Amino acid sequence: MAIKKFVVGCFDEEGALFDAVKSVRRSGYKIHDVYTPFPIHGLDKALGLRDTSIHTAGFIYGATGTTVALGFISWIFTADWPLNLGGKPHFALPAWIPIMFELTVLFAAVGMVLTFCYLCQLAPFVKKHHFHPRSTDDLFAMVIDCSAKNNDSEVSGFLESLGAKEVNVQEAEDGWWLGRYDKEQTLLAEGNPV
Amino acid sequence: MASLKYESQVRPPLVDGDKNYHQITEDIVRPIEANPSRLWWIGFLISVALLMFGVYSIYRELVYGTGQWNLNKTIGWGWDITNFVWWVGIGHAGTLISAILLLFRQGWRTGVNRAAEAMTIFAVICAGQFPIWHMGRVWMAFFVFPYPNTRGPLWVNFNSPLLWDVFAISTYFTVSLLFWYSGLLPDLATVRDRAKLKWRKFMYGLLSFGWTGSTKHWQRHESLSLVLAGLSTPLVLSVHTVVSFDFATSVIPGWHTTIFPPYFVAGAIFSGFAMVQTLLVVTRKVLNLQEYITLEHIEVMNKVIVLTGSIVGIAYLTELFVAWYGQNPYEMWAFMENRANPFSPYGWSYFLMMSCNVLSPQIFWFRKMRRNLTVTFFMSVIVNIGMWFERFVIIVTSIYRDYLPSSWSTYYTPTIWEIGFYLGTFGLFFTCYFLFSKFFPVIAIAEIKHILKKSGDSYKRNMDPIERQGTDEMYHEAHAGHH
Repeated sequence: MAIKKFVVGCFDEEGALFDAVKSVRRSGYKIHDVYTPFPIHGLDKALGLRDTSIHTAGFIYGATGTTVALGFISWIFTADWPLNLGGKPHFALPAWIPIMFELTVLFAAVGMVLTFCYLCQLAPFVKKHHFHPRSTDDLFAMVIDCSAKNNDSEVSGFLESLGAKEVNVQEAEDGWWLGRYDKEQTLLAEGNPV
Repeated sequence: MASLKYESQVRPPLVDGDKNYHQITEDIVRPIEANPSRLWWIGFLISVALLMFGVYSIYRELVYGTGQWNLNKTIGWGWDITNFVWWVGIGHAGTLISAILLLFRQGWRTGVNRAAEAMTIFAVICAGQFPIWHMGRVWMAFFVFPYPNTRGPLWVNFNSPLLWDVFAISTYFTVSLLFWYSGLLPDLATVRDRAKLKWRKFMYGLLSFGWTGSTKHWQRHESLSLVLAGLSTPLVLSVHTVVSFDFATSVIPGWHTTIFPPYFVAGAIFSGFAMVQTLLVVTRKVLNLQEYITLEHIEVMNKVIVLTGSIVGIAYLTELFVAWYGQNPYEMWAFMENRANPFSPYGWSYFLMMSCNVLSPQIFWFRKMRRNLTVTFFMSVIVNIGMWFERFVIIVTSIYRDYLPSSWSTYYTPTIWEIGFYLGTFGLFFTCYFLFSKFFPVIAIAEIKHILKKSGDSYKRNMDPIERQGTDEMYHEAHAGHH
């Protein structure tokens, strides 16, 4: 985590955004991220991001759940405390299917959501820099990492030529920190024009 | 690009009016930012009053025991288990809409899934109260969990459907909550970034977990939603299946039938959609969201209601047929005498169930009726009355006359505290729903934006020229495009 310099270009149309992503990457600039108000299919591919493996994690958690249920119940009913339930077999696999299924789903769902939160660094009181407040409303904010190599005015000009509606340069923390969103913001009374 | 977003003109738009992304945010977030209306306060206070009455009824039951209810040796499960099954059934629509319809790529789910999922969670919370308080010595409720204990350790019985139910309901609640909340994160971030009041910025900042809308996060979010939908699909079917096992695995005539799992699941979807209709017909009007929850949405859900109502009807008739065909005298007695005989003590409840669940929804074969809001609202209430009586019929008419005529119970009527407990869960449900509709986006904002350029009214109109193109041209345009 460090303070870095970024050039932010905001687009209001998906078509223009896709074109811009292509041109920016072709010109060799490093796109830090693109922030969008809703998922745009194909944008991850356009940015060259690899597929997520979160579903694989889900499978592993689910298999763990099945194993835990089967192992736990069979240990209890055959080894720890074998109960005679109407003379039925101690190892009563068909009767355990419902609980094995439920625990498979429970482990997979809880595990995946926790993994998702961990990977995306999401938690209460986690704060991240927002490059544009409307990137959760109607703008697509493309953020370009401005390392020492490239000149921010040159990048800004380039973004404008690609059809960005709004371009600015920001110095910001690129990771997360513990904080609150009502701090460090100019808040206006409700109803005042922004 | 254009042809990739192509959707046929034959499909009616899912978002009416001339909308853009910002307008969608405005429309859906406005009720959160405005002061609640007088109507909201009245509804909320009535709900809280009902909830308080319910709390007092439970307090009576806690102090004086289940003797406060009119249960007896024959009717061990009366109103409370009826209510439990009824609420769990209602709690099926949300996950069905959000999970199964996601897998089936039904675009219309986006308008209604958020509210339906919230409703599911509240309904499951209400349902959970009944078996818990029915335990009597509720301070021992934790005995249902398998944990090392000083009683042997004496473990729970993993072969018992009642324990399967503990696992099914608690898993269902947890997974529904996670599914709902992970979908809410981006929308809560939208509310946060618009907030101009300090407390609102703080609260939504806290609730949105620092969501930014990064492309990588969206990619994971999509994958997460899809897998959760895949997991919830068998889960939602399993929950009412397991609830039906509570009855079906017993040897009580009237309960001991193999048809129960599919019949219960169809009934659950039926009553759940009815409750969604009850809530949304009002919500869309009060929050002014008619352009997002359109008549199309209402009509589609009415189609589901007539379908599932008819499935339930076939199940009722099949039960009668099998009782006759099986030629088991006890089974025959349970169905033909205790239920289908209109002159038996509870015969009226069977016919009330039949007319509410099977006959009355048939008016939804008519398009005019499916699109009539008054009829929809009225029918949604009728259906849930019918579905309550279905569970009452299954539970009470199967057990009020058991094998020994000497122990046939007197006519079972609930006490005021039994009724109070039920009313209290209504209070709980509607208190939660009122708070939800005030503080949370009742429509999934990001999902609506996602379908806007495909199914939005103004965008669909522009697709007319494409409609007239030949398939070759469309193909070329798609491949000459950006992807």
